[in-house]
Amino acid sequence: MDIKLWINGKLIKDSVEPDTPMLEYLRSKGCYSVKRGCETSNCGLCTVWLEGKPILSCTLPLMRADGKHITTLEGLQSEAEEFGAFLADEGAEQCGFCNSGFIMNVLAMKRELKNPTEEEIKEYLAGNLCRCTGYVGQLRAIKNYLKSVKGEAGNE
Amino acid sequence: MLRCNEYIFAESLGEAYELNSKKSAAIVGGNGWLKLGNRQWGSVIDISRLGLDKITETDESFTIGAMVTLRDIEKHEGLNAYTNGAVKESVRHIVGTQFRNTVTVGGSIFGRFGFSDVLTVFMVMDSFAELYKGGVIPLHEFAKLPYDNDILVNIIVKKTPLKMAYSSFRNQQTDFPVLTFAHAFREDGAFSAIGARPSRAELRRDDESILKDIFSLSYEEAERAVDAYALWISSQYAYESNLRASADYRRHIAEVLARRTVASILDKG
Amino acid sequence: MSEYKNVNRPVRKKDAMALVTGKPVYTDDLAPADCLTVKLLRSPHAHALIEDIDISAAMKVPGIEAVFTYKDVPNERFSIAGQTYPEASPYDRLILDKRVRFVDDAVAIVAGESEKAVDRALKLIKVKYNVLEPLLDFRRAKDNEILVHPEDNWRSLCPVGADNKRNLCASETSEHGDLEKAFAESDVVFENTYHTQANQQAMMETFRAYSYMDTYGRLNVVTSTQIPFHVRRILSNALCIPKSKIRVIKPRIGGGFGAKQTAVMEMYPAFVTYKTGKKAKMIYTRQESQTASSPRHEMEIKLKIGAMRDGTIKAIDMYTLSNSGAFGEHGPTTVGLSGHKSIPLYNRAEAYRFVYDVVYTNYMAAGAYRGYGAPQGMFAMESAIDELAHMLNIDPIKIREKNMVREGDTMYAYYGEPANSCALDRCLERARELMDWDSKYPSKDMGNGKIRAVGMAMAMQGSCISSLDTGSVTLRVNDDGFYTLLIGASDMGTGCDTILAQMAADCLCCDVDDIIVHGVDTDSSPYDSGSYASSTTYITGMAVVKTCETLIAKLKHYAKPFLECGEEDMEFNGREIINTKNNKKISLKDIAYSSQNNNDAEALCATESHSSPISPPPFMVGMAEVEVDKETGKTELINYKAVVDCGTVINPNLARIQTEGGLVQGIGMALYEDVVYNEKGGTLSNSLMQYKIPTRQDICDIQVEFEPSYEPTGPFGAKSIGEIVINTPPPAIANAVYNAVGVRIRELPITPEKIYNGMKKK
Repeated sequence: MDIKLWINGKLIKDSVEPDTPMLEYLRSKGCYSVKRGCETSNCGLCTVWLEGKPILSCTLPLMRADGKHITTLEGLQSEAEEFGAFLADEGAEQCGFCNSGFIMNVLAMKRELKNPTEEEIKEYLAGNLCRCTGYVGQLRAIKNYLKSVKGEAGNE
Repeated sequence: MLRCNEYIFAESLGEAYELNSKKSAAIVGGNGWLKLGNRQWGSVIDISRLGLDKITETDESFTIGAMVTLRDIEKHEGLNAYTNGAVKESVRHIVGTQFRNTVTVGGSIFGRFGFSDVLTVFMVMDSFAELYKGGVIPLHEFAKLPYDNDILVNIIVKKTPLKMAYSSFRNQQTDFPVLTFAHAFREDGAFSAIGARPSRAELRRDDESILKDIFSLSYEEAERAVDAYALWISSQYAYESNLRASADYRRHIAEVLARRTVASILDKG
Repeated sequence: MSEYKNVNRPVRKKDAMALVTGKPVYTDDLAPADCLTVKLLRSPHAHALIEDIDISAAMKVPGIEAVFTYKDVPNERFSIAGQTYPEASPYDRLILDKRVRFVDDAVAIVAGESEKAVDRALKLIKVKYNVLEPLLDFRRAKDNEILVHPEDNWRSLCPVGADNKRNLCASETSEHGDLEKAFAESDVVFENTYHTQANQQAMMETFRAYSYMDTYGRLNVVTSTQIPFHVRRILSNALCIPKSKIRVIKPRIGGGFGAKQTAVMEMYPAFVTYKTGKKAKMIYTRQESQTASSPRHEMEIKLKIGAMRDGTIKAIDMYTLSNSGAFGEHGPTTVGLSGHKSIPLYNRAEAYRFVYDVVYTNYMAAGAYRGYGAPQGMFAMESAIDELAHMLNIDPIKIREKNMVREGDTMYAYYGEPANSCALDRCLERARELMDWDSKYPSKDMGNGKIRAVGMAMAMQGSCISSLDTGSVTLRVNDDGFYTLLIGASDMGTGCDTILAQMAADCLCCDVDDIIVHGVDTDSSPYDSGSYASSTTYITGMAVVKTCETLIAKLKHYAKPFLECGEEDMEFNGREIINTKNNKKISLKDIAYSSQNNNDAEALCATESHSSPISPPPFMVGMAEVEVDKETGKTELINYKAVVDCGTVINPNLARIQTEGGLVQGIGMALYEDVVYNEKGGTLSNSLMQYKIPTRQDICDIQVEFEPSYEPTGPFGAKSIGEIVINTPPPAIANAVYNAVGVRIRELPITPEKIYNGMKKK
C-alpha cells in the first residue's frame, strides 16, 4: 500500500507491504543505526523518534508513520558525535550495538527533562538495555554531557 | 511479528466496527501485544485517525481516548493531581519511556491482561469503559467480560472525590509485576483492586466496613483497622503460581501491599 | 601519573566514534541485500527420533531455494566449541541429526528469497517423531538408562574422562596432601551443597552470520564471533571440506561474553551457501538466542571444609556436578574452574581434593560464559567460607586474611603454578576501607522494616589457558613510518584493538594513532586462538611486545648501511634511528620509503607468537551492601565496592567499564537471571521479557578501584580483567542477605520469595 513519510527530513513516497515493520523498513532505507535486539519490546535498541517522540520501531507498525516524520541517529549526526564523545571518553560505548537506540533516547530526554536528577535519568532510560557497561559509565557520560550543554547554554 | 493482508485506517468508528466484525480482523493500538502473536490477520484496523489520542478534562470527568499512550497518562497533570500520582506510579515501571510512548491505554485496558497495572489503577476509580456498541459500562464490569468484536473508544473517569494510591511488587524494576494493588476511599465506600495474581485485576468493596470512619480514628485504632483490612482483602482473592512467584507468596504480598498502600493514603491525610 | 606514554592511560577506543554515530559496521549491516534467508525448523520434543520428514510441500513455496534435513548432511561428528585442536569438548554433533536432543534442537534448514516464504515453508514441513523419554534430571544423568548420545561415531579427542555410554561428558579427580589426615586433625568440619543456575550471556547482538562464495570458489563466512580461526576449523569439520576452502571474517561484534566462543549457528548459512552456491544469511532471533544457544553450565557443588577453631583452614573437599545439556561444548573445561579457581584462594590448606562429573541431559547445550566455571565455584566457596566463619564466630574478613593466597605462594590447587603477583591482601584492605566495613558489619536495622547489611567475597581467575593459548601479531612499517598491526584476536567491543595498539605505541615510541589495527580475517590475520579465557591482554599483548622488539631490531639492521655502525650503537626514538657515537640519524620515514625502493635487503615486517606456561591469576575483592525488606524479602543492592588486581592496568577507562559491566552481569546472576524449563524441557525464559537482565534502575552505586601488582611474565606487568569481574556478586550478595536477615540462600538466584520463605521458617 502507499505510504508517504519523512525520514530524517527527507520525503519518501513508497509502496510497501501492509505489515512491513518500521524497524526493517528504516534499515532498508539505509538507516543502519536502527538495530533489533529482541522481539518483545524490551531492549530499546530500535528507538527512533516519531514526530520528535522516542518510540520503539520494532513495535509500532510502519503505516502509523504515514504522513509523519521519523528521525534516526543518521539524522542527528552532530549531536550523536557531541554526546558520543562523552561516552567514548568513558569507554562506555563498548560493543556499540545498543548505542544508537540509547543515544536517541538520551537526546530525547535532554529535550524533555530540564535538569533531571539521577533517578529521573535512570527512569527515563530504563528501557534501554546494555549488557557491556553495567550502565555506570553511561551515567557518568550523561552527567558530563548535560553539564557541558548547560554550561554552553549559560555562556550564551 | 504483526502479519496481515491489509492495513486499514478506519475513517469512522462505524467503519472500524464493521471491519472488526470479521474473525480475521483486529484493531491495532500500539502493537505491543498484537505483534507477539503468530497469527496471520486478514485486516488490521488502525483507529489512530479518529481523534482518540486526547485526554479531555472537564469539571466532572476525564475522558481518555483509546489511542492515548501510557506516557500521556503518566505525564497528565490533571489526572495525576486527581489520583495523587497513582496513575504515574502505575505506569512508570512499564518497560521504558519509548515503550510507554508506543502503547495505548485502549490496548492495555481492552486486553484485560492479568499483569496490567493500568487496569488495576483505573478500576478503583469511578471509571467506565465506553464501547462503540456496548455503551458505557463500569470498568470493573468490563474487565469481567469475554473478548468480543466491540471497540473500546474511551475510558471515562468521573471526578468523584477520592483518596487513592497504587503500588506494585516487582522482582526487578521493569519486569511484569508479581502483584498489583490499588485502593481508593470514595464517597460510596472503600475500594481495592488486586491484579497480577497472576490473573487480571478484580474490584472489591469494603463491604464489611472494616475501614469505616478510618480518617477519624486514633492512630492506633486506624493501624489496627488497616491490619484487619489487609488481612481481609487479601483473603478475598484467588492466587496462582507462575515464573515470577508462587500463589502463597502472592497472597502474602497482597496483604503487605494492602496494608502499606492503604496506610500511605492515611499518612497523607 | 603513568610512567608510560600510552599504556596505563585512558585512551579512547579506536572504533568509538563510528559506534556512537551508528555507522554500519556489524555483520547484518554489511550483508548483501540479496542473501537467502536461512531459518531452522526446531524440535518440539526434548528427546525424539525423526521417523519421517516430508519436505515436498515446503519445497513448492514460491521463493524457496532449498530445504535440508539430516539426510543431506555429512555423518561425521564434530564439536562447535571454540577451542584449540584437539578440543577437549567431545565430537558429538552433526549439522542435522536424526535424533533430536532438546526442545528447539535443529530439525531442518530452510533457505529462501524472503523471510515470509521461509516462514511459510517451515510450517509446511511434516515431521513424524518417535518421541522418547527425555533425561531432565542432571542429578540422575550419570549411568542413567536413557542415553543422550548412544551413537557409535561419538568421539572424545582428549583424555577428559568422557564416556557417552554413561552420559559422561567428562570426569576427573585431583588432589594434594593427605586429605583424610587433615580432616581428622580439624576441630570442625563444615559441609553443604550449593546450586548455581544456567545464565544467558544476553549480548545485545544475537548470533548471526552470512556466507558467500568468492572469486576463487572459496566459502567466505562473515560472522559475529570471538573465535574466527576456530570457526574455520569447525566449518571444515562440519561440512567435510578442506580448511583451505574457507575464509572467516569478523567485523565489529555486538558483545560476546563467551556466547560467541561457540560456533552456535555459522554451520547453517555456510551449509546453504556450500550446497547452493548462493549468498545466505542467518540472524538468530532473541528467542533462539535464549532457547538454542550456549548458556552457563548449571552446577551443583558439594563442599566440605575442615578448620581449626582459630579459623585456620586445613582441608577442602569439593565435588562439582555440571550439566552440559544435550551437547558437550566446553563441558569438560568449564567445570575445572569451579575448583581450580576457588580452592587456591585458600592456599594455606594442607590438603584438598577436587572431583567432578559433567553429564549430558536433554536440555539446551551449555557453553562458555564469562568466568567459565569460576562463578559457580566462587559462589559455593565464598558462601561456605562465610558459613564457616559464622560457625566459628569469626569476622568474614579475618578468616580470609588468615587463609588467603599470598604473593610468592605455590598454588597447589592451581596446577602448582606460582603466585608471582598477588595484591589480594591489599584489595581486601582497600575494599574494607571503601565499604567502611568495620562500622557496617554485620547489619543495621533501619527502623522502617528494613535491614541494611554488608557481605563480601574474594575471587581469582586466569590470564589464559597455560601452555595452550597462542597469540600472534604481525607488524608492518608503511610509508611515512606508520604501522599496521595485524592481530588474530577478536575485539568484541571491550577494546583489545586499542589496548594492543597502546602497547605497540609504547614499544615503538609513537602515538596510538600511528598504529592502524586491522580486524580479523583468517586469510590475512596471524593466528590467534581467540578472545576468551581472559587471554588477549596477557597473551596477545606479550606477542605485541615481542613483535615490536623484533621489528625494531630489523629497523636497526636495515639502518646499518646508512648509519655505518652496529646495532649496539644505535638508538631508536620512534622517529629516527641514531648512531649514538656520532649522532648521525636516519628518520623512520626515510627508512620506510627506502624500504619500498629497490629493497632487496629485508621486508620491514615482523611476526611473533606468544604462549605462556603459566596463567597468572588476577585477584579481586567485592563487597555488597544490601537493604532487605523484613516483610517481603525484597532485596535492594545499595552499594557495591570492588577492588581489582589485574596487574598493570593497560587502559584504566576500559578496565573500569569491564569491571562495572562484569559486576552488573554478576548482580543479574545473583538476583534475577534464571534459565527456567517446563516439565517437558522447554525453555520458559525465552525472551528478554521473561529472562530479566538488570536495567539501569536496578543498579546502585558501584565503585571500582585498582590495586595493581606487577606480573613479571605479562606485557608491561599486566594480567587479565575480562572474566574475574563477574565472580564476586553472587556470593557477596548472598553473604550480605545472610548478615541482614539470617537467611542463607544456597541456590541462585536470590529472589525475594526465597528470602521470605527462609525468614518464615526461622
